[in-house]
Amino acid sequence: MSEIRELYQELILDHNRNPQNFKPLPGANHHSEGFNPLCGDHYHIYIKTDENNIIEKITFDGKGCAISKASASLMTSFLKGKTVEEAIRAFESFHDVVTGKIDPETGMAELGKLAVFAGVRDFPVRVKCASLAWHTMKAALTETETVISTE
Amino acid sequence: MNTDIKTQTPTDIFNAAKARLDFPALHQEVHGRPLVYLDNAATTHKPASVIEAVNRFYQRDNSNVHRGVHYLSQKATGQYERARETVKRFINASDQSEIIFTRGATESVNLIAQTYGRNFIRAGDEILISEMEHHSNIVPWQILCEQTGATLKIIPFTDSGEIDLNVYQKLLNPQVKLVGIVHLSNTLGTINPVTEMVKMAHAQEIPVLIDGAQSVAHIPVDVQAIDADFFVFSGHKVFGPTGIGVLYGKLDWLKQLPPYQGGGDMIHSVTFEKTIYADVPHKFEAGTPNIAGAIGLGAALEYLTSWSMDEIVRYEDDLLRYATAKLRNVEGLSIIGEAQAKAGVLSFALEDIHPHDIGTILDMEGVAVRTGHHCTQPIMDHYQIPATTRASLAFYNNRADIDALMQALQKAIEVFR
Ligand SMILES: Cc1ncc(COP(=O)(O)O)c(C=O)c1O
Repeated sequence: MSEIRELYQELILDHNRNPQNFKPLPGANHHSEGFNPLCGDHYHIYIKTDENNIIEKITFDGKGCAISKASASLMTSFLKGKTVEEAIRAFESFHDVVTGKIDPETGMAELGKLAVFAGVRDFPVRVKCASLAWHTMKAALTETETVISTE
Repeated sequence: MNTDIKTQTPTDIFNAAKARLDFPALHQEVHGRPLVYLDNAATTHKPASVIEAVNRFYQRDNSNVHRGVHYLSQKATGQYERARETVKRFINASDQSEIIFTRGATESVNLIAQTYGRNFIRAGDEILISEMEHHSNIVPWQILCEQTGATLKIIPFTDSGEIDLNVYQKLLNPQVKLVGIVHLSNTLGTINPVTEMVKMAHAQEIPVLIDGAQSVAHIPVDVQAIDADFFVFSGHKVFGPTGIGVLYGKLDWLKQLPPYQGGGDMIHSVTFEKTIYADVPHKFEAGTPNIAGAIGLGAALEYLTSWSMDEIVRYEDDLLRYATAKLRNVEGLSIIGEAQAKAGVLSFALEDIHPHDIGTILDMEGVAVRTGHHCTQPIMDHYQIPATTRASLAFYNNRADIDALMQALQKAIEVFR
Protein backbone atom coordinates (compact mmCIF):
# COMPACT_ATOMS: atom_id res chain seq x y z
CA MET A 1 0.00 0.00 0.00
CA SER A 2 2.88 2.40 0.71
CA GLU A 3 4.08 2.35 -2.92
CA ILE A 4 0.56 3.21 -3.95
CA ARG A 5 0.50 6.18 -1.57
CA GLU A 6 3.88 7.17 -2.98
CA LEU A 7 2.22 7.48 -6.39
CA TYR A 8 -1.16 8.79 -5.30
CA GLN A 9 -0.03 11.59 -2.99
CA GLU A 10 -2.75 13.64 -1.27
CA LEU A 11 -1.98 16.62 -3.48
CA ILE A 12 -2.57 14.53 -6.59
CA LEU A 13 -5.84 13.16 -5.22
CA ASP A 14 -6.96 16.70 -4.33
CA HIS A 15 -6.24 18.04 -7.78
CA ASN A 16 -7.99 15.05 -9.32
CA ARG A 17 -11.10 15.79 -7.26
CA ASN A 18 -10.96 19.55 -7.68
CA PRO A 19 -8.92 20.37 -10.75
CA GLN A 20 -7.75 24.00 -11.14
CA ASN A 21 -8.12 25.94 -14.40
CA PHE A 22 -10.46 23.23 -15.65
CA LYS A 23 -12.35 25.09 -18.37
CA PRO A 24 -11.99 26.23 -21.96
CA LEU A 25 -10.36 29.61 -22.57
CA PRO A 26 -12.11 31.96 -24.98
CA GLY A 27 -9.52 34.22 -26.56
CA ALA A 28 -6.70 31.70 -26.30
CA ASN A 29 -4.01 32.22 -28.91
CA HIS A 30 -2.49 28.74 -28.50
CA HIS A 31 -4.36 25.46 -28.36
CA SER A 32 -3.51 21.81 -28.67
CA GLU A 33 -5.20 18.46 -28.15
CA GLY A 34 -3.48 15.46 -26.56
CA PHE A 35 -4.39 11.75 -26.57
CA ASN A 36 -3.12 8.73 -24.74
CA PRO A 37 -4.56 5.87 -26.79
CA LEU A 38 -3.52 3.27 -24.21
CA CYS A 39 -6.03 4.44 -21.64
CA GLY A 40 -8.20 6.90 -23.50
CA ASP A 41 -6.92 10.06 -21.81
CA HIS A 42 -7.87 13.07 -23.88
CA TYR A 43 -7.21 16.74 -23.05
CA HIS A 44 -7.23 20.17 -24.61
CA ILE A 45 -4.80 22.81 -23.41
CA TYR A 46 -5.61 26.48 -24.00
CA ILE A 47 -3.04 29.24 -23.58
CA LYS A 48 -3.13 33.01 -23.86
CA THR A 49 0.27 34.68 -24.13
CA ASP A 50 0.85 38.43 -24.16
CA GLU A 51 3.16 40.49 -26.41
CA ASN A 52 6.14 39.74 -24.15
CA ASN A 53 5.63 35.99 -24.54
CA ILE A 54 4.38 35.67 -21.00
CA ILE A 55 1.69 33.08 -20.29
CA GLU A 56 -1.17 35.22 -19.12
CA LYS A 57 -3.74 32.45 -18.86
CA ILE A 58 -3.61 28.70 -19.26
CA THR A 59 -6.49 26.24 -18.86
CA PHE A 60 -7.42 22.70 -19.81
CA ASP A 61 -10.40 20.43 -20.22
CA GLY A 62 -11.00 16.82 -21.16
CA LYS A 63 -11.02 13.41 -19.52
CA GLY A 64 -8.53 11.02 -18.07
CA CYS A 65 -7.05 9.21 -15.11
CA ALA A 66 -6.16 10.84 -11.78
CA ILE A 67 -2.49 11.19 -12.65
CA SER A 68 -3.09 12.90 -15.97
CA LYS A 69 -5.77 15.20 -14.61
CA ALA A 70 -3.80 16.24 -11.53
CA SER A 71 -0.77 16.78 -13.69
CA ALA A 72 -2.68 19.10 -16.02
CA SER A 73 -4.16 20.93 -13.05
CA LEU A 74 -0.82 21.47 -11.30
CA MET A 75 0.95 22.31 -14.54
CA THR A 76 -1.50 25.04 -15.48
CA SER A 77 -1.22 26.58 -11.99
CA PHE A 78 2.56 26.40 -12.19
CA LEU A 79 2.95 27.93 -15.64
CA LYS A 80 0.70 30.92 -15.20
CA GLY A 81 2.89 34.05 -15.35
CA LYS A 82 5.93 32.21 -16.73
CA THR A 83 7.50 33.02 -20.07
CA VAL A 84 7.20 30.61 -22.99
CA GLU A 85 10.92 29.84 -22.64
CA GLU A 86 10.52 29.04 -18.95
CA ALA A 87 7.59 26.78 -19.75
CA ILE A 88 9.63 24.79 -22.26
CA ARG A 89 12.48 24.51 -19.74
CA ALA A 90 10.05 23.31 -17.08
CA PHE A 91 8.77 20.72 -19.55
CA GLU A 92 12.31 19.36 -19.94
CA SER A 93 12.90 19.20 -16.17
CA PHE A 94 9.55 17.59 -15.49
CA HIS A 95 10.10 15.04 -18.21
CA ASP A 96 13.58 14.17 -16.93
CA VAL A 97 12.26 13.67 -13.42
CA VAL A 98 9.27 11.45 -14.25
CA THR A 99 11.34 9.33 -16.62
CA GLY A 100 14.00 8.97 -13.92
CA LYS A 101 16.72 10.68 -15.99
CA ILE A 102 17.58 13.04 -13.17
CA ASP A 103 17.20 12.91 -9.46
CA PRO A 104 13.98 14.48 -8.16
CA GLU A 105 15.96 16.35 -5.48
CA THR A 106 17.87 18.40 -8.07
CA GLY A 107 15.33 18.47 -10.87
CA MET A 108 12.31 19.30 -8.75
CA ALA A 109 13.85 22.15 -6.85
CA GLU A 110 12.76 24.56 -9.57
CA LEU A 111 9.46 22.74 -10.08
CA GLY A 112 8.11 23.32 -6.58
CA LYS A 113 4.83 21.49 -5.93
CA LEU A 114 5.25 19.44 -9.07
CA ALA A 115 7.69 17.33 -7.05
CA VAL A 116 4.68 15.18 -6.06
CA PHE A 117 4.97 13.47 -9.44
CA ALA A 118 8.42 12.06 -8.68
CA GLY A 119 6.75 8.80 -7.59
CA VAL A 120 5.67 8.17 -11.19
CA ARG A 121 9.24 7.18 -12.10
CA ASP A 122 8.60 3.84 -10.35
CA PHE A 123 5.55 3.18 -12.56
CA PRO A 124 6.89 3.27 -16.12
CA VAL A 125 3.47 2.65 -17.72
CA ARG A 126 2.12 5.74 -15.97
CA VAL A 127 4.83 8.16 -17.15
CA LYS A 128 2.72 8.93 -20.21
CA CYS A 129 -0.21 9.88 -17.97
CA ALA A 130 1.90 12.36 -16.00
CA SER A 131 3.49 13.89 -19.08
CA LEU A 132 0.49 14.06 -21.42
CA ALA A 133 -0.54 17.59 -20.41
CA TRP A 134 3.06 18.75 -20.68
CA HIS A 135 3.50 17.36 -24.19
CA THR A 136 0.23 18.96 -25.19
CA MET A 137 1.24 22.30 -23.68
CA LYS A 138 4.56 22.20 -25.52
CA ALA A 139 2.82 21.38 -28.80
CA ALA A 140 0.43 24.28 -28.23
CA LEU A 141 3.28 26.73 -27.67
CA THR A 142 5.62 25.55 -30.38
CA GLU A 143 2.75 24.82 -32.78
CA THR A 144 4.53 21.93 -34.41
CA GLU A 145 1.42 19.80 -34.28
CA THR A 146 -2.02 20.57 -32.99
CA VAL A 147 -3.02 17.01 -32.18
CA ILE A 148 -0.48 14.97 -30.29
CA SER A 149 -0.49 11.38 -29.15
CA THR A 150 1.69 9.68 -26.58
CA GLU A 151 1.91 6.50 -28.66
CA MET B 1 -23.67 -40.90 -2.30
CA ASN B 2 -26.72 -39.33 -3.86
CA THR B 3 -26.98 -36.56 -1.33
CA ASP B 4 -23.30 -35.81 -1.86
CA ILE B 5 -23.87 -35.25 -5.51
CA LYS B 6 -26.79 -32.93 -4.82
CA THR B 7 -24.74 -30.60 -2.69
CA GLN B 8 -21.88 -30.45 -5.10
CA THR B 9 -21.47 -27.13 -6.86
CA PRO B 10 -19.77 -26.94 -10.24
CA THR B 11 -16.81 -25.68 -8.26
CA ASP B 12 -16.45 -29.10 -6.70
CA ILE B 13 -17.17 -31.08 -9.84
CA PHE B 14 -14.50 -29.42 -11.91
CA ASN B 15 -10.99 -29.81 -10.61
CA ALA B 16 -9.67 -26.29 -11.13
CA ALA B 17 -6.96 -26.82 -8.54
CA LYS B 18 -5.55 -29.61 -10.65
CA ALA B 19 -5.81 -27.57 -13.85
CA ARG B 20 -3.96 -24.72 -12.17
CA LEU B 21 -0.98 -26.96 -11.46
CA ASP B 22 -0.53 -27.50 -15.18
CA PHE B 23 0.27 -23.80 -15.77
CA PRO B 24 3.77 -22.88 -14.55
CA ALA B 25 3.41 -19.11 -15.02
CA LEU B 26 0.48 -18.93 -12.61
CA HIS B 27 2.76 -19.84 -9.73
CA GLN B 28 4.77 -16.70 -9.19
CA GLU B 29 4.72 -13.50 -7.19
CA VAL B 30 4.37 -10.00 -8.59
CA HIS B 31 5.15 -6.99 -6.41
CA GLY B 32 5.60 -9.43 -3.53
CA ARG B 33 2.06 -10.87 -3.89
CA PRO B 34 0.92 -14.16 -5.38
CA LEU B 35 -0.14 -13.53 -8.98
CA VAL B 36 -3.89 -13.39 -9.55
CA TYR B 37 -4.24 -13.58 -13.31
CA LEU B 38 -7.55 -12.20 -14.57
CA ASP B 39 -6.53 -11.02 -18.01
CA ASN B 40 -7.38 -14.15 -19.95
CA ALA B 41 -9.29 -12.34 -22.69
CA ALA B 42 -6.01 -10.62 -23.62
CA THR B 43 -4.06 -13.84 -23.58
CA THR B 44 -4.15 -17.10 -21.64
CA HIS B 45 -1.25 -18.83 -19.93
CA LYS B 46 0.23 -21.99 -21.39
CA PRO B 47 0.16 -25.44 -19.84
CA ALA B 48 3.49 -27.25 -19.42
CA SER B 49 2.54 -29.67 -22.22
CA VAL B 50 2.41 -26.81 -24.75
CA ILE B 51 5.72 -25.33 -23.61
CA GLU B 52 7.19 -28.83 -23.77
CA ALA B 53 5.86 -29.48 -27.30
CA VAL B 54 7.37 -26.26 -28.64
CA ASN B 55 10.60 -26.97 -26.82
CA ARG B 56 10.78 -30.53 -28.12
CA PHE B 57 10.29 -29.34 -31.67
CA TYR B 58 13.28 -27.00 -31.52
CA GLN B 59 15.40 -29.39 -29.48
CA ARG B 60 14.86 -32.41 -31.66
CA ASP B 61 12.68 -32.14 -34.74
CA ASN B 62 13.45 -28.68 -36.11
CA SER B 63 13.22 -28.65 -39.88
CA ASN B 64 11.27 -26.95 -42.66
CA VAL B 65 7.97 -28.44 -43.81
CA HIS B 66 6.88 -29.76 -47.20
CA ARG B 67 10.36 -29.24 -48.59
CA GLY B 68 12.74 -32.04 -47.80
CA VAL B 69 13.01 -35.75 -48.28
CA HIS B 70 15.22 -36.02 -45.23
CA TYR B 71 14.12 -37.54 -41.97
CA LEU B 72 13.67 -34.37 -39.92
CA SER B 73 11.76 -32.56 -42.62
CA GLN B 74 9.35 -35.45 -42.90
CA LYS B 75 8.95 -35.49 -39.16
CA ALA B 76 8.30 -31.75 -38.96
CA THR B 77 5.82 -31.98 -41.84
CA GLY B 78 4.03 -34.84 -40.12
CA GLN B 79 3.69 -32.91 -36.88
CA TYR B 80 2.57 -29.73 -38.62
CA GLU B 81 -0.12 -31.58 -40.54
CA ARG B 82 -1.18 -33.48 -37.43
CA ALA B 83 -1.74 -30.15 -35.73
CA ARG B 84 -4.03 -29.24 -38.62
CA GLU B 85 -5.93 -32.49 -38.03
CA THR B 86 -6.22 -31.65 -34.31
CA VAL B 87 -7.67 -28.22 -35.11
CA LYS B 88 -10.09 -29.81 -37.56
CA ARG B 89 -11.34 -32.19 -34.88
CA PHE B 90 -11.48 -29.50 -32.21
CA ILE B 91 -13.84 -27.23 -34.15
CA ASN B 92 -15.44 -30.16 -36.03
CA ALA B 93 -14.57 -29.04 -39.55
CA SER B 94 -15.51 -31.59 -42.20
CA ASP B 95 -12.16 -31.60 -43.98
CA GLN B 96 -8.56 -30.98 -42.96
CA SER B 97 -7.97 -28.68 -45.91
CA GLU B 98 -10.53 -26.28 -44.47
CA ILE B 99 -7.99 -25.34 -41.78
CA ILE B 100 -5.51 -22.63 -42.73
CA PHE B 101 -2.77 -21.59 -40.35
CA THR B 102 -2.28 -17.84 -40.00
CA ARG B 103 -0.59 -15.51 -37.51
CA GLY B 104 -3.80 -15.10 -35.55
CA ALA B 105 -7.44 -14.04 -35.67
CA THR B 106 -6.42 -10.64 -37.02
CA GLU B 107 -4.56 -12.06 -39.99
CA SER B 108 -7.39 -14.51 -40.64
CA VAL B 109 -9.93 -11.68 -40.95
CA ASN B 110 -7.57 -9.70 -43.17
CA LEU B 111 -7.07 -12.75 -45.36
CA ILE B 112 -10.80 -13.11 -45.95
CA ALA B 113 -11.34 -9.38 -46.40
CA GLN B 114 -8.70 -9.23 -49.10
CA THR B 115 -9.36 -12.51 -50.94
CA TYR B 116 -13.14 -12.71 -50.67
CA GLY B 117 -13.13 -8.96 -51.23
CA ARG B 118 -11.13 -9.23 -54.45
CA ASN B 119 -13.53 -11.74 -55.99
CA PHE B 120 -16.90 -10.85 -54.53
CA ILE B 121 -17.08 -7.24 -53.32
CA ARG B 122 -17.94 -4.41 -55.68
CA ALA B 123 -18.92 -0.74 -55.33
CA GLY B 124 -22.38 -0.41 -53.83
CA ASP B 125 -22.18 -3.72 -51.92
CA GLU B 126 -22.63 -3.80 -48.16
CA ILE B 127 -20.65 -5.54 -45.45
CA LEU B 128 -22.57 -6.01 -42.23
CA ILE B 129 -20.83 -6.25 -38.86
CA SER B 130 -22.01 -5.69 -35.30
CA GLU B 131 -21.43 -2.71 -33.04
CA MET B 132 -19.55 -4.95 -30.56
CA GLU B 133 -16.77 -6.10 -32.90
CA HIS B 134 -13.12 -6.06 -31.96
CA HIS B 135 -11.12 -3.58 -34.07
CA SER B 136 -9.68 -6.59 -35.92
CA ASN B 137 -13.15 -7.32 -37.31
CA ILE B 138 -13.78 -3.66 -38.19
CA VAL B 139 -10.65 -2.16 -39.71
CA PRO B 140 -10.01 -4.87 -42.37
CA TRP B 141 -13.55 -4.23 -43.68
CA GLN B 142 -13.04 -0.47 -43.64
CA ILE B 143 -9.89 -0.96 -45.71
CA LEU B 144 -11.83 -3.18 -48.12
CA CYS B 145 -14.61 -0.60 -48.36
CA GLU B 146 -12.07 2.08 -49.24
CA GLN B 147 -10.59 -0.16 -51.90
CA THR B 148 -13.89 -1.14 -53.49
CA GLY B 149 -16.46 1.54 -52.75
CA ALA B 150 -18.53 -0.88 -50.66
CA THR B 151 -20.29 0.34 -47.49
CA LEU B 152 -19.88 -0.89 -43.93
CA LYS B 153 -23.19 -1.30 -42.10
CA ILE B 154 -23.56 -1.82 -38.37
CA ILE B 155 -25.90 -4.09 -36.38
CA PRO B 156 -26.53 -2.23 -33.10
CA PHE B 157 -26.69 -3.83 -29.67
CA THR B 158 -29.00 -2.99 -26.77
CA ASP B 159 -27.80 -1.45 -23.48
CA SER B 160 -27.66 -4.88 -21.89
CA GLY B 161 -25.19 -5.85 -24.62
CA GLU B 162 -27.38 -8.02 -26.86
CA ILE B 163 -27.93 -7.94 -30.58
CA ASP B 164 -31.54 -7.25 -31.50
CA LEU B 165 -32.36 -9.91 -34.07
CA ASN B 166 -35.29 -7.91 -35.46
CA VAL B 167 -32.98 -5.04 -36.32
CA TYR B 168 -30.49 -7.52 -37.76
CA GLN B 169 -33.23 -9.03 -39.93
CA LYS B 170 -34.05 -5.60 -41.33
CA LEU B 171 -30.41 -4.93 -42.19
CA LEU B 172 -30.11 -8.10 -44.24
CA ASN B 173 -30.80 -7.34 -47.90
CA PRO B 174 -29.48 -8.37 -51.32
CA GLN B 175 -26.76 -5.69 -51.20
CA VAL B 176 -25.15 -7.37 -48.21
CA LYS B 177 -22.31 -9.59 -49.42
CA LEU B 178 -20.85 -10.66 -46.08
CA VAL B 179 -21.79 -10.65 -42.39
CA GLY B 180 -19.09 -10.57 -39.68
CA ILE B 181 -19.99 -11.31 -36.05
CA VAL B 182 -18.05 -11.86 -32.87
CA HIS B 183 -19.01 -15.15 -31.22
CA LEU B 184 -18.13 -14.06 -27.68
CA SER B 185 -17.47 -10.38 -27.01
CA ASN B 186 -14.09 -9.70 -25.40
CA THR B 187 -15.50 -6.59 -23.68
CA LEU B 188 -19.12 -7.43 -22.83
CA GLY B 189 -18.89 -11.19 -22.44
CA THR B 190 -21.99 -11.55 -24.63
CA ILE B 191 -22.38 -14.89 -26.36
CA ASN B 192 -24.10 -14.03 -29.62
CA PRO B 193 -26.74 -16.37 -31.12
CA VAL B 194 -24.49 -17.11 -34.07
CA THR B 195 -26.29 -20.25 -35.27
CA GLU B 196 -29.51 -18.32 -35.63
CA MET B 197 -27.77 -15.32 -37.17
CA VAL B 198 -26.03 -17.53 -39.74
CA LYS B 199 -29.35 -19.13 -40.61
CA MET B 200 -30.96 -15.73 -41.15
CA ALA B 201 -28.09 -14.62 -43.41
CA HIS B 202 -28.10 -17.89 -45.33
CA ALA B 203 -31.80 -17.47 -46.04
CA GLN B 204 -30.61 -14.66 -48.31
CA GLU B 205 -27.49 -16.53 -49.44
CA ILE B 206 -25.15 -14.22 -47.55
CA PRO B 207 -21.99 -15.84 -46.13
CA VAL B 208 -21.00 -15.24 -42.50
CA LEU B 209 -17.62 -14.89 -40.83
CA ILE B 210 -17.54 -15.66 -37.10
CA ASP B 211 -14.80 -14.16 -34.93
CA GLY B 212 -14.17 -16.97 -32.46
CA ALA B 213 -11.08 -15.42 -30.83
CA GLN B 214 -12.77 -15.51 -27.41
CA SER B 215 -15.15 -18.42 -27.81
CA VAL B 216 -12.86 -21.39 -28.52
CA ALA B 217 -11.40 -21.46 -24.99
CA HIS B 218 -14.70 -21.02 -23.18
CA ILE B 219 -17.64 -22.60 -25.02
CA PRO B 220 -17.95 -25.63 -27.29
CA VAL B 221 -17.44 -24.74 -30.94
CA ASP B 222 -18.78 -26.81 -33.81
CA VAL B 223 -18.37 -24.93 -37.08
CA GLN B 224 -20.69 -27.33 -38.92
CA ALA B 225 -23.46 -26.95 -36.35
CA ILE B 226 -23.06 -23.15 -36.54
CA ASP B 227 -22.87 -23.53 -40.32
CA ALA B 228 -20.26 -20.74 -40.39
CA ASP B 229 -18.73 -19.99 -43.77
CA PHE B 230 -15.59 -18.66 -42.11
CA PHE B 231 -14.45 -18.94 -38.50
CA VAL B 232 -11.29 -17.35 -37.10
CA PHE B 233 -9.33 -17.62 -33.86
CA SER B 234 -5.89 -17.12 -32.29
CA GLY B 235 -3.76 -19.78 -30.62
CA HIS B 236 -2.62 -17.61 -27.74
CA LYS B 237 -6.13 -17.12 -26.33
CA VAL B 238 -6.73 -20.85 -26.18
CA PHE B 239 -3.65 -21.81 -24.14
CA GLY B 240 -1.39 -22.04 -27.20
CA PRO B 241 1.57 -19.96 -28.41
CA THR B 242 1.44 -16.44 -29.85
CA GLY B 243 1.97 -15.92 -33.57
CA ILE B 244 -0.26 -18.79 -34.66
CA GLY B 245 -3.94 -18.68 -35.53
CA VAL B 246 -6.56 -20.36 -37.62
CA LEU B 247 -8.84 -19.53 -40.48
CA TYR B 248 -11.55 -22.09 -41.05
CA GLY B 249 -13.40 -21.78 -44.33
CA LYS B 250 -15.90 -24.04 -46.04
CA LEU B 251 -14.07 -25.86 -48.80
CA ASP B 252 -16.47 -24.56 -51.45
CA TRP B 253 -15.62 -21.01 -50.50
CA LEU B 254 -11.89 -21.51 -50.13
CA LYS B 255 -11.70 -23.00 -53.63
CA GLN B 256 -13.32 -19.88 -55.05
CA LEU B 257 -10.91 -17.46 -53.37
CA PRO B 258 -7.65 -16.18 -54.88
CA PRO B 259 -4.40 -16.54 -52.90
CA TYR B 260 -3.65 -14.01 -50.15
CA GLN B 261 0.12 -13.73 -50.44
CA GLY B 262 2.47 -15.10 -53.07
CA GLY B 263 5.61 -17.08 -52.33
CA GLY B 264 6.98 -20.51 -51.68
CA ASP B 265 4.81 -23.43 -50.58
CA MET B 266 1.67 -21.97 -52.16
CA ILE B 267 2.40 -23.09 -55.72
CA HIS B 268 2.35 -26.16 -57.91
CA SER B 269 4.71 -24.74 -60.47
CA VAL B 270 6.22 -21.39 -61.30
CA THR B 271 7.52 -20.12 -64.61
CA PHE B 272 7.87 -16.49 -65.55
CA GLU B 273 4.94 -16.94 -67.89
CA LYS B 274 2.52 -18.70 -65.59
CA THR B 275 2.26 -19.87 -62.02
CA ILE B 276 -0.11 -22.61 -60.95
CA TYR B 277 -1.24 -22.33 -57.36
CA ALA B 278 -1.32 -25.16 -54.89
CA ASP B 279 -4.62 -26.50 -53.63
CA VAL B 280 -6.21 -25.38 -50.39
CA PRO B 281 -5.07 -25.04 -47.67
CA HIS B 282 -1.50 -24.55 -48.99
CA LYS B 283 -2.62 -21.90 -51.47
CA PHE B 284 -3.14 -19.62 -48.46
CA GLU B 285 0.05 -20.49 -46.60
CA ALA B 286 2.81 -18.72 -48.51
CA GLY B 287 6.31 -19.00 -47.11
CA THR B 288 7.67 -20.97 -44.18
CA PRO B 289 4.87 -21.11 -41.64
CA ASN B 290 5.06 -20.90 -37.85
CA ILE B 291 5.75 -24.62 -37.51
CA ALA B 292 6.49 -24.66 -33.79
CA GLY B 293 3.46 -22.45 -33.21
CA ALA B 294 1.15 -24.84 -35.05
CA ILE B 295 2.55 -27.79 -33.10
CA GLY B 296 2.11 -25.84 -29.86
CA LEU B 297 -1.47 -24.99 -30.81
CA GLY B 298 -2.14 -28.67 -31.52
CA ALA B 299 -0.79 -29.51 -28.06
CA ALA B 300 -2.98 -26.82 -26.48
CA LEU B 301 -6.14 -28.15 -28.11
CA GLU B 302 -5.25 -31.68 -27.10
CA TYR B 303 -4.71 -30.45 -23.56
CA LEU B 304 -8.07 -28.69 -23.54
CA THR B 305 -9.76 -31.80 -24.93
CA SER B 306 -8.48 -33.73 -21.91
CA TRP B 307 -11.03 -31.72 -19.91
CA SER B 308 -14.75 -31.72 -20.47
CA MET B 309 -15.83 -28.53 -22.21
CA ASP B 310 -19.29 -28.83 -20.66
CA GLU B 311 -17.75 -28.88 -17.20
CA ILE B 312 -15.54 -25.91 -18.06
CA VAL B 313 -18.65 -23.99 -19.15
CA ARG B 314 -20.49 -24.82 -15.93
CA TYR B 315 -17.48 -24.04 -13.79
CA GLU B 316 -16.73 -20.69 -15.44
CA ASP B 317 -20.41 -19.77 -15.31
CA ASP B 318 -20.47 -20.43 -11.57
CA LEU B 319 -17.38 -18.26 -11.15
CA LEU B 320 -18.93 -15.52 -13.27
CA ARG B 321 -22.06 -15.53 -11.10
CA TYR B 322 -19.98 -15.45 -7.94
CA ALA B 323 -17.94 -12.48 -9.20
CA THR B 324 -21.00 -10.67 -10.55
CA ALA B 325 -22.78 -10.90 -7.20
CA LYS B 326 -19.72 -9.51 -5.40
CA LEU B 327 -19.26 -6.66 -7.86
CA ARG B 328 -22.93 -5.69 -7.63
CA ASN B 329 -22.41 -5.05 -3.92
CA VAL B 330 -19.83 -2.35 -4.59
CA GLU B 331 -21.33 1.11 -4.32
CA GLY B 332 -21.02 3.23 -7.45
CA LEU B 333 -19.95 0.29 -9.60
CA SER B 334 -21.72 -0.50 -12.84
CA ILE B 335 -21.22 -3.68 -14.81
CA ILE B 336 -20.86 -3.10 -18.54
CA GLY B 337 -22.46 -5.98 -20.42
CA GLU B 338 -25.37 -7.84 -18.85
CA ALA B 339 -26.51 -10.15 -21.60
CA GLN B 340 -28.56 -13.22 -20.69
CA ALA B 341 -26.06 -15.41 -22.49
CA LYS B 342 -22.77 -14.28 -21.05
CA ALA B 343 -19.34 -15.84 -20.47
CA GLY B 344 -16.55 -15.03 -18.02
CA VAL B 345 -15.77 -11.45 -18.96
CA LEU B 346 -16.46 -8.77 -16.32
CA SER B 347 -16.17 -5.21 -17.54
CA PHE B 348 -17.05 -2.53 -15.05
CA ALA B 349 -16.85 1.17 -14.36
CA LEU B 350 -16.55 2.85 -10.97
CA GLU B 351 -17.89 6.33 -10.39
CA ASP B 352 -15.09 8.87 -10.00
CA ILE B 353 -12.23 6.40 -10.39
CA HIS B 354 -10.63 6.06 -13.78
CA PRO B 355 -9.93 2.46 -14.87
CA HIS B 356 -6.26 3.23 -15.41
CA ASP B 357 -5.89 4.18 -11.75
CA ILE B 358 -7.74 1.04 -10.69
CA GLY B 359 -5.46 -1.05 -12.91
CA THR B 360 -2.31 0.33 -11.28
CA ILE B 361 -3.58 -0.24 -7.76
CA LEU B 362 -4.77 -3.77 -8.57
CA ASP B 363 -1.40 -4.51 -10.13
CA MET B 364 0.39 -3.50 -6.93
CA GLU B 365 -1.80 -6.09 -5.18
CA GLY B 366 -0.75 -8.77 -7.65
CA VAL B 367 -4.06 -8.71 -9.53
CA ALA B 368 -3.66 -8.56 -13.32
CA VAL B 369 -6.65 -7.06 -15.15
CA ARG B 370 -6.93 -5.07 -18.33
CA THR B 371 -8.00 -1.45 -18.40
CA GLY B 372 -8.81 0.56 -21.50
CA HIS B 373 -11.11 0.22 -24.48
CA HIS B 374 -10.05 -3.40 -25.20
CA CYS B 375 -9.82 -2.67 -28.93
CA THR B 376 -13.59 -2.07 -28.98
CA GLN B 377 -13.93 1.70 -29.09
CA PRO B 378 -17.45 1.58 -30.57
CA ILE B 379 -18.57 -0.24 -27.39
CA MET B 380 -17.04 2.55 -25.26
CA ASP B 381 -18.87 5.09 -27.43
CA HIS B 382 -22.14 3.19 -26.96
CA TYR B 383 -21.91 3.58 -23.19
CA GLN B 384 -20.17 6.99 -23.46
CA ILE B 385 -17.26 5.93 -21.31
CA PRO B 386 -13.57 6.22 -22.17
CA ALA B 387 -12.57 2.83 -20.80
CA THR B 388 -13.50 -0.03 -18.51
CA THR B 389 -11.69 -2.25 -16.07
CA ARG B 390 -12.00 -5.84 -17.25
CA ALA B 391 -11.46 -9.05 -15.32
CA SER B 392 -11.63 -12.07 -17.62
CA LEU B 393 -11.70 -15.66 -16.43
CA ALA B 394 -10.24 -18.97 -17.46
CA PHE B 395 -10.88 -22.43 -16.04
CA TYR B 396 -7.75 -22.24 -13.88
CA ASN B 397 -9.18 -19.30 -11.92
CA ASN B 398 -11.06 -19.86 -8.68
CA ARG B 399 -13.13 -18.04 -6.07
CA ALA B 400 -10.01 -17.03 -4.17
CA ASP B 401 -8.94 -15.06 -7.27
CA ILE B 402 -12.25 -13.21 -7.22
CA ASP B 403 -11.87 -12.53 -3.49
CA ALA B 404 -8.40 -11.11 -4.16
CA LEU B 405 -9.85 -8.91 -6.89
CA MET B 406 -12.52 -7.62 -4.51
CA GLN B 407 -9.98 -6.87 -1.79
CA ALA B 408 -7.74 -5.00 -4.20
CA LEU B 409 -10.73 -3.09 -5.47
CA GLN B 410 -11.56 -2.03 -1.90
CA LYS B 411 -8.00 -0.66 -1.60
CA ALA B 412 -8.47 1.38 -4.76
CA ILE B 413 -11.72 2.75 -3.39
CA GLU B 414 -10.01 3.62 -0.08
CA VAL B 415 -7.26 5.54 -1.86
CA PHE B 416 -9.76 7.59 -3.81
CA ARG B 417 -12.39 8.07 -1.15
C1 LIG C 1 -12.99 -10.82 -30.01
C2 LIG C 1 -11.60 -10.70 -30.54
N1 LIG C 1 -11.38 -10.74 -31.86
C3 LIG C 1 -10.16 -10.66 -32.37
C4 LIG C 1 -9.05 -10.52 -31.57
C5 LIG C 1 -7.72 -10.39 -32.22
O1 LIG C 1 -6.86 -11.41 -31.86
P1 LIG C 1 -5.31 -11.34 -32.19
O2 LIG C 1 -4.83 -10.02 -31.68
O3 LIG C 1 -4.73 -12.50 -31.49
O4 LIG C 1 -5.18 -11.44 -33.69
C6 LIG C 1 -9.23 -10.45 -30.19
C7 LIG C 1 -8.11 -10.29 -29.25
O5 LIG C 1 -7.42 -9.34 -29.14
C8 LIG C 1 -10.53 -10.55 -29.66
O6 LIG C 1 -10.74 -10.49 -28.35
